[in-house]
Amino acid sequence: MKLTSILKGAVAALALTGAAMADGHEKTKVGFVYVGPIADGGWTTEHNNGRLAIEEAFGDAVETTYVEKVPEGADAERVMTQMALTGHDLIFTTSFGYMDPTNNVAEKFPDVKFEHATGYKRLHDNVTTYSARFYEGRAVIGHIAGKMTETNKIGYIASVPIPEVIRGINAAYLHAKKANPEVEMKIVWTFGWEDAAKEGDAARALIEQGVDVIMQHTDTTAPMLVAEEAGAYAFGQASDMSAAGPTAHLTSIIDNWAPYYIERTQAVIDGTWEQKDTWDGISTGMVEFAEFSDAIPADVLAEAIAMKDAIAAGEYHPFTGPINKQDGSVYLAEGETPEDGPLAGMNFYVEGIVGDVPQ
Amino acid sequence: MFSLEKRKTPSKAWSLATPILAVALTMIAGAIMFSLLGKPPLEALRTIFIDPIFSEQFGAYSRPQLLVKAGPLILIAIGLSLGFRAGIWNIGAEGQYIMGAIFGAAAGLALYPLEAWWIFPMMVIVGCLGGLLWAMIPAILRTHFNTNEILVSLLLVYVAEEILKAMATGALRNPDGGGFPGSRNLSKWVSSQNTEIIANSGMHWGVVTAFITVIFAYVLLSRHMLGFHIQLAGQSPRAAKFAGVNPKALVITCMGIAGGLAGLAGLFEVTGPAGQISTDFNSGYGFTAIIVAFLGRLHPVGIVLAGLLMALTYIGGELAQLMLGLPAASIQAFQGMLLFFLLAVDVLTNYRIRMNKGAK
Repeated sequence: MKLTSILKGAVAALALTGAAMADGHEKTKVGFVYVGPIADGGWTTEHNNGRLAIEEAFGDAVETTYVEKVPEGADAERVMTQMALTGHDLIFTTSFGYMDPTNNVAEKFPDVKFEHATGYKRLHDNVTTYSARFYEGRAVIGHIAGKMTETNKIGYIASVPIPEVIRGINAAYLHAKKANPEVEMKIVWTFGWEDAAKEGDAARALIEQGVDVIMQHTDTTAPMLVAEEAGAYAFGQASDMSAAGPTAHLTSIIDNWAPYYIERTQAVIDGTWEQKDTWDGISTGMVEFAEFSDAIPADVLAEAIAMKDAIAAGEYHPFTGPINKQDGSVYLAEGETPEDGPLAGMNFYVEGIVGDVPQ
Repeated sequence: MFSLEKRKTPSKAWSLATPILAVALTMIAGAIMFSLLGKPPLEALRTIFIDPIFSEQFGAYSRPQLLVKAGPLILIAIGLSLGFRAGIWNIGAEGQYIMGAIFGAAAGLALYPLEAWWIFPMMVIVGCLGGLLWAMIPAILRTHFNTNEILVSLLLVYVAEEILKAMATGALRNPDGGGFPGSRNLSKWVSSQNTEIIANSGMHWGVVTAFITVIFAYVLLSRHMLGFHIQLAGQSPRAAKFAGVNPKALVITCMGIAGGLAGLAGLFEVTGPAGQISTDFNSGYGFTAIIVAFLGRLHPVGIVLAGLLMALTYIGGELAQLMLGLPAASIQAFQGMLLFFLLAVDVLTNYRIRMNKGAK
């Protein structure tokens, strides 16, 4: 009881410091917490490109800062607190594992705005979440993969078993299977976002098992490099990875955060920032593709682009029934599409995928 | 030219002076590196070493954070140092740290949402046991099958990491977490939270335990028979045998203490600063503690100073990234320099530099 009241007092004192800070400076200060290095060529690179786009858009009116390679957990909480204490007005925390730290720090600094990528917890008014419908991109590359494989084996390097990753696997598998009923998908979990050695080994193991097209949901270019060496095809993740595998690279799903980051920064400057939950896809440009490789036959490319356009126009949902769950039970009936809520928590494989979601 | 002459006994004066010399050399080399990166070198050094402690703006926050960061490092390093002195090389504290957290968290979560005062102390004991049991695997394999404890303890880290991932996505997963990996937040559940004893001091139970352990280790090494046996076994295994030291019992004891303390560190971390079992809960404390143990000369007081210094470079390093835009890699290089210079100038403790005057 006594301890709680002391804590409450301390929190209030901290909050006051935060408020004074928010008024005490002229430039709007925007901070970024990155899980990887800015040169990872994937996830973090794209978030950093978004940061640079803010600088370009606002010039001297905005100052941006970042801390890279921040471990999830206590370290992340400390970095966010230091940002709040050094007068940042808006803080983007760009990894799923920053979810609890973001909410903890947001509670202590009600005047600082927090934006957490890919999470679902918005425990305080100053926490917003945002993510992209990566699964829309996965559907398109799944189709291409199904058409391109000659061994009928597609490899998938998966990171952490969260719904976002499972949904991507399902979207890719469904569309590869539709394009090529013979297709088999082999999935390797690395349980991390950023481990070049593990991802490279996973790619090698997949190729040894006869895989000739590799997809990844991890952040380094290692699988692309391995595919290039082995003469296989691969899709880049998060950022344009064509430089890592000039002949292996079929296309990349690009996460384009820049427009969103600029919009949110503007909202802070205007004083119109409000809590929300954003989940945008191909239609707003948050999910984009790198240039498609010449190796893709013209008819396959035309089909892929048609699918992309249909998704953008809202005419086609990558999860359109009939779709069964792995155990054979019905997930979506003929013509049915899922609500966003349950889709966001997707925690099972669809029928036909071999193996279990790691438990 | 110069030549090195071995001292009969290590120089006391130099063993105290070399850490200071190493820090000074690191600052000079670091300043050169920072200016090559186009950043103001003095400002960078000030941000790393001085701002976390003395800044008016955020010092009140970062000072306690030094303790939070140093606490587990010191706790683990003290345990390791006993074994290292006796020539028992436990490299797997990271795994023992993970298992302590898993055991303790599991014992607590089994009772959720019961509220009772004894839950946290019970978790502390189970966490300690978890680390201890994990350390017993390499210990018993060594005493009974003569395996190499360096390899076994290290490889068990990777096993522990896999168990951690399985727990975070399976048995210990938060049932209300919408299918996302990670346990319930233990720091939010009153019965299991490792609170700060004085608000905003950073002094949570783990930090207190670390300091108590330092005192115990000091007394053990200077006053107790076990401490004497440990030192003797490290310096002269033959003499130790004649003095009646049982080498097998010593291995079990040293590994057990190190494992138990690492397990405690994990438990205090998972119930406090980290808050939950997640797939990447461990952030390298077990390995960094090896560096801290050697940086501190395997001496309890030295380890406290080394732990605080490492914590300072972490926290100051983040600030330097934030305030000056220094890349994270340059901070790691800077920490690397510190260790390099420390080991390099160590030569002065054991050797004397002689000037050779021309040819004789």
